[in-house]
Amino acid sequence: MSEEMVTVNMTVNGENVTKTIPVRMHLVDFVRTELGFTGSHLGCEHGVCGACSVRVDGDVVRGCLILAAQAEGAEVVTIEGLTDTGEISDLQDKFVERNALQCGFCTPGMLMTAAELLAQKSDMSREDIREFMSGNYCRCTGYHAIVDAIESVNNTRLKG
Amino acid sequence: MKAPKFSYTRATSLDHALELLDKHGEDGRILAGGQSLMPTLNMRLSQPEMLIDINGLDELKGISLDGDTVCIGALTRHVEVMNSDIVAEHLPLIAEAMPHVAHVAIRNRGTIGGSVALADPAAEMPACILALGATLVVQGTGGKREIPAEEFFHGLYETARAENELLVEIRIPSQKADKVSVFLELARRHGDFAIAGIAAYGSVSGNTVNDMRLVYFASEDKPTIGTNAIAALNGKTWSDETREAVSAALESDLEPMMNLHGSAAMKLHLQKVLTGRAMDTAVARAGGAA
Repeated sequence: MSEEMVTVNMTVNGENVTKTIPVRMHLVDFVRTELGFTGSHLGCEHGVCGACSVRVDGDVVRGCLILAAQAEGAEVVTIEGLTDTGEISDLQDKFVERNALQCGFCTPGMLMTAAELLAQKSDMSREDIREFMSGNYCRCTGYHAIVDAIESVNNTRLKG
Repeated sequence: MKAPKFSYTRATSLDHALELLDKHGEDGRILAGGQSLMPTLNMRLSQPEMLIDINGLDELKGISLDGDTVCIGALTRHVEVMNSDIVAEHLPLIAEAMPHVAHVAIRNRGTIGGSVALADPAAEMPACILALGATLVVQGTGGKREIPAEEFFHGLYETARAENELLVEIRIPSQKADKVSVFLELARRHGDFAIAGIAAYGSVSGNTVNDMRLVYFASEDKPTIGTNAIAALNGKTWSDETREAVSAALESDLEPMMNLHGSAAMKLHLQKVLTGRAMDTAVARAGGAA
């Protein structure tokens, strides 16, 4: 079977992009290899680890479980774009302060998921936060510090 | 790994999708949320020739109330079901189950129709709709037909849907105000595949149980009604004696599959434990003494 190609057009981190790619290419390979946004990491490549989390039309999704072709016309935001907007600069500072990353491989995915949690603006217990973040693996097992950082920022934002 | 080569077509209308399905038969595969299909492609466990992307079909999305029936379009995403006021009010069993359906990022993309049509034995939605006596609406180029949930699930990833049919809608009777429902599951990590699970729906009046339906999932090859357990339960007062009788009866209902998560004996044990907890909860919710 020959490689079927498709031309896709979408907005990635605020910029309009048009590329012709294999139909079987998933979104994370697309942003990493075609656009050079290597902040989205490819871990398990079957939807378990969460390192590839990106935002599509406002919702965090598994970048390895959506074809780039399916993002036609969509608004895609990766950790690079999210960082540029400053939406989670407080959370990123808190990750550093609380030592919420060790090797850092899971961090972009953790931040993408936590951004959706913070956007809900709801009072959350540590248990709620753990449940919300349960789809993201940290193989350094630094969960405690990650929950610390998210809890701290969520509480501060709700007060402010 | 990377997915094998395939062709990809975006269906532009329901008729278009049905024509493509008809044309490609078993070599075509419907791409809805893709949260189960994409992993199998990436792991090269499946190799369809044609992916038919139905994500653009807005007519298959949405939740509405039709008299005493909640109608959920097959392409409605888990997150929409989870946040739906109609579901919260009329289908508390499904509202209770939704947080157990995978993780946030997967619920944002995965669909209820995909979950039901795939019929993964560990999935929550097939068990819930079986417990609630739903009707599945499938459509082919020849028209629609309705299939009761009791007749829909045939086995491991096998359903009554024909290859050239698309699941278009799930019709679920609103839960009755005088009945209670309970959903429980056990998984290694919250949101992961269940090891054992139960969906229960029925009446409890003064600790006496009636019309209770118990549906088990994750341990069997399909969502399974605990016929003997139900017979040992209905009409009885929920007591230690009843608990033991139901547990014993459950042994003739279930034949758990062993897998990475545990042995058949362990899963049977867990289903018994969940049955007890579910009924304790049902009695408490109905206002009796648990």
